Amino acid sequence: MQRRTRRNNEDLDVKIHEYQGKEIFRRYGMAVPRGIPVFSVDEAVKAARELGGPVWVVKAQVHAGGRGKGGGVKLARSLDEVRDLAGKILGMQLVTHQTGPGGQKVRRLLIEEGADIKKELYVAMVVDRATQRVTLMASSEGGMDIEEVAAHTPEKIHRVAIDPGTGLTDAQADDIARKIGIPDASLPQARTMLHGLYKAFDETDASLAEINPLILTGDGKVIALDAKLNFDSNALFRHADIVAMRDLDEEDPAEIEASKFDLSYISLDGNIGCLVNGAGLAMATMDVIKLYGGEPANFLDVGGGATAEKVTEAFKIMLRNPHLKAILVNIFGGIMRCDVIAEGVITASKAVGLSVPLVVRMKGTNEELGRKMIADSGLPIITANNMAEAAEKVVAAAKGAK
Amino acid sequence: MSILVNRNTKVITQGITGKTGQFHTRTCRDYANGRACFVAGVNPKKAGEDFEGIPIYATVKEAKAATGATVSVIYVPPPFAAEAIDEAVAADLDLVICITEGIPVRDMIRTRYKMQGRRTLLLGPNCPGVITPDEIKIGIMPGHIHRKGRIGVVSRSGTLTYEAVGQLTELGLGQSTAVGIGGDPVNGLKHIDVLKLFNDDPDTDAVVMIGEIGGTDEEEAAVWAKTNMKKPVVGFIAGVTAPPGKRMGHAGAIISGGKGTAQEKLEVMDASGIRVTRNPAEMGTLLKSVL
Repeated sequence: MQRRTRRNNEDLDVKIHEYQGKEIFRRYGMAVPRGIPVFSVDEAVKAARELGGPVWVVKAQVHAGGRGKGGGVKLARSLDEVRDLAGKILGMQLVTHQTGPGGQKVRRLLIEEGADIKKELYVAMVVDRATQRVTLMASSEGGMDIEEVAAHTPEKIHRVAIDPGTGLTDAQADDIARKIGIPDASLPQARTMLHGLYKAFDETDASLAEINPLILTGDGKVIALDAKLNFDSNALFRHADIVAMRDLDEEDPAEIEASKFDLSYISLDGNIGCLVNGAGLAMATMDVIKLYGGEPANFLDVGGGATAEKVTEAFKIMLRNPHLKAILVNIFGGIMRCDVIAEGVITASKAVGLSVPLVVRMKGTNEELGRKMIADSGLPIITANNMAEAAEKVVAAAKGAK
Repeated sequence: MSILVNRNTKVITQGITGKTGQFHTRTCRDYANGRACFVAGVNPKKAGEDFEGIPIYATVKEAKAATGATVSVIYVPPPFAAEAIDEAVAADLDLVICITEGIPVRDMIRTRYKMQGRRTLLLGPNCPGVITPDEIKIGIMPGHIHRKGRIGVVSRSGTLTYEAVGQLTELGLGQSTAVGIGGDPVNGLKHIDVLKLFNDDPDTDAVVMIGEIGGTDEEEAAVWAKTNMKKPVVGFIAGVTAPPGKRMGHAGAIISGGKGTAQEKLEVMDASGIRVTRNPAEMGTLLKSVL
């Protein structure tokens, strides 16, 4: 699959940094290490001095997971070492399994006090479609790639669906805590942690909450050593505080630009741009391009109104991709008239001075008129009658336009 | 016959006075028997008024009592849409069709929780609605591409449903009912529920089932169909080329943790006796080949 451009999970959800996640955890009474976010080496040293030693953790703050393996999380045993490590990590291109091979530039660090780790555990919450409830997942195998655990030892992942009426019960929290190896003496702490997590998840409209690792310390404390929180973008209207936590440096500029015009856009690896109305049809269009031997350059859903303005912006975004060789517009007009769509495509093509072959397939009211308008426009636009023909033509055009 | 709705269905429109509600209420009213079907609107601030002759009531309960309507369609904006569903459920309607896109998942979890043990069915949210051609259209789909006939259509996607319907119509195959179940992760009727209804409908001969990446709804429907479905079913799954971890527009369309891939769904469907195609341009011809 096209992993090259994959940077993070759940792309339309809003993500925040670990230190911001921990601020939210603190608000819900969950134990996290003391730490200070910083933007420079001097600030890093100052933060370390303020926290006090003897051990600190210097943590790269990027939205991608797998930071430790990529060399973005390091232990420091002196202030000099803090300075040295902060200098190395700040500004580095951190490559993890969730970034592309180019990595993600580190612009922020979290300086944290060291912790006495006795056991590393895993805890997460997601919405389960099947039960239509928030599900708590936990494992004794923390600190590592949980997808590996799920694949090889699924019996080590424990799940419990949370009743929206009662919330997480004490019995459920204790049961899960015992199953992942928390000793009885630490159960009250684990309970506070899990209740806090559910409350935080619910009240912030989170779509994913993950603590990996959740640790048990030598003196029996239960602490969230990491914090990953994603949020439902449909609920942002009631969370101004979370909107303020967004870090646009971590997001794909093309996707940000697209969202301003209410376009749903995702960069892919191929060279055929797709502009389609409706998410399902957009995916199907990518599939049919592939079926005819081409590779889609993007997913782009223009939504219900394929207006001249929206099509123009969509063309501009697609044309920024240096690999683009051809564009396929596939619009099932339905209620929208094809002459209006044709008008939009013609206006947009002229406005952006379209430099690659364009294939247009339109379906709906006034189909004939729309096609005639495109033919009469004098623009080198290729029309197609159905999806298969459109795919065949655009794949041929992309191959011809070396 | 048909499933879910027919020419005698009486419909309440929640959100009738908004721009979207007005536009689609007009197209629905002008389709087939729509003038007799769309009997009421709801808006607490405009009770006693009317929308182009359709009376507006303060609550769903009042609208139901006054008109005998059993179905509602919702165009209410996302922050208030789940509450609108709750109101329709509390009024004991038979069916609520929620067109609204962008409802927070947390709201839908609560709404589905409250619906437990209630008689009301929910279609959607984030769906095009349901149409029984030449009888009634409830939702945002273009009526003119449909023809009356004996093929059932069920899909998570809007425009892809129109694509399938368009192909069927061009081949001379009309539809008994076309149902859009919507692209959200927490929703009402699922593929399996709609397949069961088509299976029991004497006027449906075969079904086109269209799915997409994410979740396991298509697999569950396929497994049920293997032992229970008496009619041929053909299928298409959108998103074979979608990379894992990327959410493709619909909140539900994401491959996560290696689950919900198009490949996996196609395999389960195939093993369950559902003929599948990888070419979305061939949904119609595939269906024709199994008749």
